[in-house]
Amino acid sequence: MTMTATAVHAAAGATGLSKVYGEGETRVVALDQVTVEFRRGEFTAIMGPSGSGKSTLMHCMAGLDTATSGSTRIGGTELVGLPDKALTKLRRDQIGFVFQAFNLLPTLNALENITLPMDIAGRKVDQAWLDRVVDTVGLSGRLTHRPSQLSGGQQQRVACARALASRPEIVFADEPTGNLDSRSGGEILSFLRNSVRELGQTVVMVTHDPVAASYADRVIFLADGRLVDELTMPTADSVLDRMRRFDAKGRTS
Amino acid sequence: MYRTALRNVLAHKARLLMTTLAVLLGTAFVAGTLVFTDTLGSAMKSQNAKSYTDIAVTVSDPESARSIYGSGGTDSSAPVLTEDVRRKIAALPGAADARGVVSGFAGIADQHGRLIGDGFSTTGTNYVPGPDGSDARYPLVEGRGPTGSGEVALDSRTAQKGGFKVGDTVRVAVNGPVMQLKLTGIVHTNDPRVSAGGSLAAFDTATAQSLYLSPGRFSEVDIRSRPGTDDAALLTQVKGALPAGNDFSAQTGRQLAQDQDKMIAEATKGMSQALLVFAGISLFVGIFIIANTFTMLVAQRTRELALLRAVGASRKQITRSVLAEAVLIGAIASVAGLLAGTGIAAGLQWLLISAMDTGLPDGPLVIAPATVLTAVGTGVLVTVLAAWLPARRASRISPVAAMSSGDQPATQKSLLLRNAIGAVLALAGLGALAAGSASKATGLVAAGAGVVLLGVFVLTPLLSRPLIALFTPLLRRLYGMPGKLARENALRNPRRTAATASALTIGVTLITGLTVIGASVNQAVDKASATDLTADYTVAMANFSVLSSDVGTQIAKAPGVSASSVQRSVSVRVGDDTKWLTGVNADTIGSLVKLKMQEGSADALKHGQLLVSQGGDPGTQDLKLGDTLAVTYPDGTAGRLTVGGVLASDSGLTGTLAPDALIAPHSKPAAGAVGAAGAMAGLDKVLVKGEHGPSAQLKQALTDATGGNPLITVKSQQDLRDESRQMITSMLNIMYGLLGMSVVVAVLGVVNTMAMSVFERRREIGMLRAIGLDRRGVRRTVRLESLLISLLGGVLGIGLGVLIAWAANGLLRSSLPGLELVVPPLQLAGFLLAAAVIGLLAALWPARRAARLDILDSIKAA
Repeated sequence: MTMTATAVHAAAGATGLSKVYGEGETRVVALDQVTVEFRRGEFTAIMGPSGSGKSTLMHCMAGLDTATSGSTRIGGTELVGLPDKALTKLRRDQIGFVFQAFNLLPTLNALENITLPMDIAGRKVDQAWLDRVVDTVGLSGRLTHRPSQLSGGQQQRVACARALASRPEIVFADEPTGNLDSRSGGEILSFLRNSVRELGQTVVMVTHDPVAASYADRVIFLADGRLVDELTMPTADSVLDRMRRFDAKGRTS
Repeated sequence: MYRTALRNVLAHKARLLMTTLAVLLGTAFVAGTLVFTDTLGSAMKSQNAKSYTDIAVTVSDPESARSIYGSGGTDSSAPVLTEDVRRKIAALPGAADARGVVSGFAGIADQHGRLIGDGFSTTGTNYVPGPDGSDARYPLVEGRGPTGSGEVALDSRTAQKGGFKVGDTVRVAVNGPVMQLKLTGIVHTNDPRVSAGGSLAAFDTATAQSLYLSPGRFSEVDIRSRPGTDDAALLTQVKGALPAGNDFSAQTGRQLAQDQDKMIAEATKGMSQALLVFAGISLFVGIFIIANTFTMLVAQRTRELALLRAVGASRKQITRSVLAEAVLIGAIASVAGLLAGTGIAAGLQWLLISAMDTGLPDGPLVIAPATVLTAVGTGVLVTVLAAWLPARRASRISPVAAMSSGDQPATQKSLLLRNAIGAVLALAGLGALAAGSASKATGLVAAGAGVVLLGVFVLTPLLSRPLIALFTPLLRRLYGMPGKLARENALRNPRRTAATASALTIGVTLITGLTVIGASVNQAVDKASATDLTADYTVAMANFSVLSSDVGTQIAKAPGVSASSVQRSVSVRVGDDTKWLTGVNADTIGSLVKLKMQEGSADALKHGQLLVSQGGDPGTQDLKLGDTLAVTYPDGTAGRLTVGGVLASDSGLTGTLAPDALIAPHSKPAAGAVGAAGAMAGLDKVLVKGEHGPSAQLKQALTDATGGNPLITVKSQQDLRDESRQMITSMLNIMYGLLGMSVVVAVLGVVNTMAMSVFERRREIGMLRAIGLDRRGVRRTVRLESLLISLLGGVLGIGLGVLIAWAANGLLRSSLPGLELVVPPLQLAGFLLAAAVIGLLAALWPARRAARLDILDSIKAA
């Protein structure tokens, strides 16, 4: 019964999640028995030095990569052992993605890119919700533009809108500000935070930028494939402090 | 820089595979053609050389052949080759012996009365026994040589086909009634006419002479020399021994063999050129693919090339490095193509000689140095030419591009100039087509067709949008998002889509054009035979020689015949000119053929007058109504003929028609020096109308009336139509087969473009998969894009094909009045469907690859 209780609060979660690449001498443990929960209506940042397994954690959680052992859940659905078709459908209906390189289809205009997941599913667009999302990202005047006619920041806002348009259970953002200047990056982060606070969405973001992480409600820290720490209501400084300690530890050990 | 080129080729092996294959197929076609025709030519030459080894000098009388095949011997005063002449030659000091040869045609019936072999190559000759009673030219396999008028020897192949054994009775026909002859021997022969599907009947000399010429007369005398005699010296001796005023042709055997070699070379050259046209088409199609590949490769390598520029490579070096890649690929593909082509030629030789038993001579494969040079040279040249523009474009990449982000610039050069050029070309080509078609100028039509094609190729990027839009509503309805994505992808790079589609357009254009012309000609022939010919049956010789005059009378008497008319060609002299008259039965011809008159009445024939066509003989003045013609008949008598009517140009029968009763008695040439030359003067055909229309009974009655001669054919209107249809169909099938290669190359192009597009768009595909497009959706997107490109190529090809067929019809109309454009909708729909299937098949592999892409790898791909 505890499972059901947690499922109500958690949009996604992992239990004893491990991911191992290679075998023998080339064996690399990317994730080592990670147990974590992402609560509904919360903006979580995953941080850690490069190679800590933060991207792998996200990919496994999002059904883009398969775990070696352990379990991952989106909503009430167990991902491990799910066939490709069901995984695809799950990603389409319950997960939103924002990638570092905007990953828009150059042949479609902004609006078409935003509604792409619904069009693929052949689902009707919830017009009121869509208007709200478009309004929140501030793209109203540019919906008929093609990606090549938009700036990097605008493209990333289209990508965010696309992630939210289908009202997913959870949005995964992989270094969403990595390719942006700090102003555009700030806009995107504010937007992600607003989507949690005002639209009630759940967002999980992988980043290595302490400033980006400071927009989140909670920061979890990964190192060597293990969950090592957690901060709530972070500031850029507190995150930076925490990161420095990893570095120091890395140097002394 | 060259090392970079080599490394690039090695690094992009998979991506260059289709390009290599395209060049390979084209060069294989070229090499295959050259090797095959060279091999065939050399085999024929060596066979030919064998048949002349024992002939030092040969003398032939051209007049004999003319009289045998009925092509009109009129000069009856010239001396002929007689036994006297042969003896005189044989007695020459340099001559070992002189063989008198009689040759003509002889149809042999199998057990069911059907002709053995093909009508054109049935051969009849005389058997000349040597001192031992056998003829060295025709070595006996079994039995003995024929000695009397009731005996015949056959070649072994014919005997086998007919199931004849020595002692059997064989039905042999020349142009009259069938003879029942006893088979005395089976002989072997190297005669190419026989081995190419004909038959050989050997009679004793006297019988052959009476059948074909006249007693004591020969077609040819072959002389063997005494040892130590020079052929040229013997030729001079022989020429001295020939009667004065002859028009014989005397040659040394070597000369004859050389002449034959030249003819063989001409024939194989003609065949090789015809095939090379199709090979050229395949290579031309290949150009589109190569150009496309290099354009894509250069685009994908923009950063890499910019980096080279940034570290100091000059523009020339960049161009050269890309061209070096092209040379390398061209060379590899051409050498492989040369090998493949040699294999194809060997396979073809085996197929034609061993498997299908066509009687073509066998011989070792000939791979001439010229073949190697041509195949490899063409392959490399085509590849380099096609890579030229992409290489130039590569050199214009600025070094700064190395520093820019991985995202490819979406900007595209304007198509404005291109569209303008295309429009000018297309319009100019259209104008030339229309003008050429109207004025029957073949050259103008051909040039126009080429220019229109080029214009449309240049315009295809512009045309792609509306044409692809044509199919999109259906796609969206059926396939939803993948349909829309496919459309957008097909349109995102109009140049690439156009080049890929154009490769297919070429083949479809030619196939459609031929099909439409074929359908149009078929219909015109049907119409003409239905309206112009009212006879139920046409009786003629299978080898287009003349029928014996008796056949006309026999058929007229056959049961069930209501009307019949002969058609007899007789040449008369009018002053210094020769004029051909067509003798027809004045009373019945009107009921057998529709005679349309421009002036006067067809009844004039019944009054012993002529019906003439106008504008028939260029250079001679047209005869007018009422003109009188002073003629000298072949038998030397003179006559006066009056023009009683002028035939319309669309009359069912044209030429100069005369009442047969009037000219037949004078049609036999006058008695020559020896015997009655031209005993063979006869009929072109006999037209028959039955009392109750065509029936199997009537056909049998007609066959019986001709004495069951296997060389005489009785054909109904339907038979004639079927024959023409069949001829057109088999010709079309050969063309389809040859053009098929260009379609295969075009398919490779589609595969290539799709595979490269998938590679270029793998990041998008990864994203689509991440946000929820399943594998099937990805596959479908790729397949539908390929389908759209192929349909674009198909639609354009069908349109162009119909257009070119229309122009070509204009050219043909002069020889086929009543020819109208017939567009067979089912067949064209079939071609479009085939294009669609090709598109789907071509995308199988790229679509699979796209669907299997790893999502994470793809998203992260630069």
